[in-house]
Amino acid sequence: MLAMNYRGPFRVRAQQKPMPEIEHPEDVIVKVERACICGSDLHIYHGLVPDTRVGTTFGHEFIGEVVEKGADVNKLKIGDRILVPFNISCGRCAFCKQGLYSNCHESNPEATAAGGIFGYSHTCGGFDGGQAEYARVPYAEVGPMVIPPDIHPDDAVLLTDVFPTGYQAAEMGGIKKGDTVVVFGAGPIGIMAARCAWFFGAARVIVIDRIEYRLEFARNFSHCEAYNFESLEDPVLFIKKTTGYFGADVCIDAVGCEAAGSALQWITGRVLMMQAGSATALHWAINSVKKGGIVSIVGVYGPTDNLVPIGNVVNKGITIRADQCSVKRLLPKLIHHIREGYIEPRQIISHHIPLKEVSDAYHIFSAKLDNCIKTVLIP
Amino acid sequence: MENTSNKYQNIPGWGVDSDPNDNPNYPIKNYNGDDHQRLDWTRPPLQPVTVEILESVEQARMPAVFGTKLPPSGVSGMLRRYAFKYDESEYGHWLNLLLADRINVVEGILHDLSHFRIPNIFAEKGMKADWKYNRKELVTKIIVATAVTTAIVFWLKKKDGKSA
Ligand SMILES: NC(=O)c1ccc[n+]([C@@H]2O[C@H](COP(=O)([O-])OP(=O)(O)OC[C@H]3O[C@@H](n4cnc5c(N)ncnc54)[C@H](O)[C@@H]3O)[C@@H](O)[C@H]2O)c1
Ligand SMILES: [Zn+2]
Ligand SMILES: [Zn+2]
Repeated sequence: MLAMNYRGPFRVRAQQKPMPEIEHPEDVIVKVERACICGSDLHIYHGLVPDTRVGTTFGHEFIGEVVEKGADVNKLKIGDRILVPFNISCGRCAFCKQGLYSNCHESNPEATAAGGIFGYSHTCGGFDGGQAEYARVPYAEVGPMVIPPDIHPDDAVLLTDVFPTGYQAAEMGGIKKGDTVVVFGAGPIGIMAARCAWFFGAARVIVIDRIEYRLEFARNFSHCEAYNFESLEDPVLFIKKTTGYFGADVCIDAVGCEAAGSALQWITGRVLMMQAGSATALHWAINSVKKGGIVSIVGVYGPTDNLVPIGNVVNKGITIRADQCSVKRLLPKLIHHIREGYIEPRQIISHHIPLKEVSDAYHIFSAKLDNCIKTVLIP
Repeated sequence: MENTSNKYQNIPGWGVDSDPNDNPNYPIKNYNGDDHQRLDWTRPPLQPVTVEILESVEQARMPAVFGTKLPPSGVSGMLRRYAFKYDESEYGHWLNLLLADRINVVEGILHDLSHFRIPNIFAEKGMKADWKYNRKELVTKIIVATAVTTAIVFWLKKKDGKSA
């Protein structure tokens, strides 16, 4: 079968690979219908996540048709079209049972700090991902769900990560009616988080990025204000001023470990790799939230350390809330929101690209070419 | 500018999930006390271990499922095995893994060559997309690279000529 194949930092290609097999009685094999490229994939594409082995197939956002199933798979039928949350979760451990599906303890031998994730390095379990014609899906009756017939496939594929993650970013922010919410990052996740902030009753939503076309997209899709930090003298001071020198009620980090905006962070984090990526957005978030405010982090960081102003977290009494998104927990609510017409997630998809052109697809998304917001690969 | 009108209330879905009484615990979970049972849950069936899987030393037991693709191999594999002697809190774990990743890239190229495949690094980097969407920058890069190379070659030749 054809599959995306990682060859080293900034190098990927489409290549033939053996078909996946059932390896556990609760596995299914799906024939992939769509698979997205995610901002998280960029971190492994850029070689920032330890134990990303050459030959890995990435892809943790995919939907497809069940073509083969293990002995213990009862409810799912051959031919069912399923959407597959990016988290691999058993549904039985103490974490899954309490709804922490991203923190499952039965899906990752290589690290206890992370649950299993499809196609996301051996640090997240060493599973091959869905940017391929076929993929193995463990615990098929726990995380995945049959795609309701009224849900568009492009919405379905965004329900595997982006929409739930944006929603959880806002949810973790504990937004109260009337709050001012600042979202760092106008990538797919930041745009979604900004859009979802309104569901919780925000009165003002501000997005910060440096890419003009993305800021413009956020203004329209997320109904928010959007500012380019490169034309602001200092984004922290700007946020202080625009909130009457009070600080934002909630700040969301939807950037993660490749943040631009500070030479010191970039050199120590990205060039010398002395910290787990650059933490500029998180730094700004901590410093621009109000005293007693909440910083919600969904941006991904590496497993070592980052330079952040932890002293200010203490002095300002800030609450930090963070996690990988627990996709399964949120699915019923978010499908409801799509059906009610509150949101049409697929509007953020800018590119449909054939899997065989995966090298170009990655480069377009990574280098932000052709006004790219979100890319879907079609096997 | 602070938004003083209430126009935002017309945004589809505004306020549908706002509930002043809802102050969920963090991390967001339905706490049920299971944490105090520690690892004592009814486990899923266990996937048979058919290839070498490196296990975190912080793990009490092998989880019920795991990926089996790309077991550690070669020099990078040796380094990965060594890295897994350290726990997840130590630099010895992560930095050795990162180093192994870089060695693995060289192994990947050697593997390609030994299978009569010359990796097309330009294509793998998506340069075709650059040609289509980013031509000006690509051309500038090529011109700069050519100029620098020519200058170096010229300088070396001149130096050669002098020392001869
Ligand atoms: N927690 C989760 O479950 C989860 C799920 C999906 C993605 N993520 C993470 O969310 C992050 C964003 O994902 P994405 O798909 O939107 O990625 P993306 O790369 O498309 O977007 C990131 C954006 O941040 C902008 N940016 C860079 N530096 C900035 C700064 N200092 N301030 C503000 N903006 C800045 C970039 O210009 C870019 O537009 C990534 O780290 C990704 O790994 C987390
Ligand atoms: Zn993702
Ligand atoms: Zn679990």
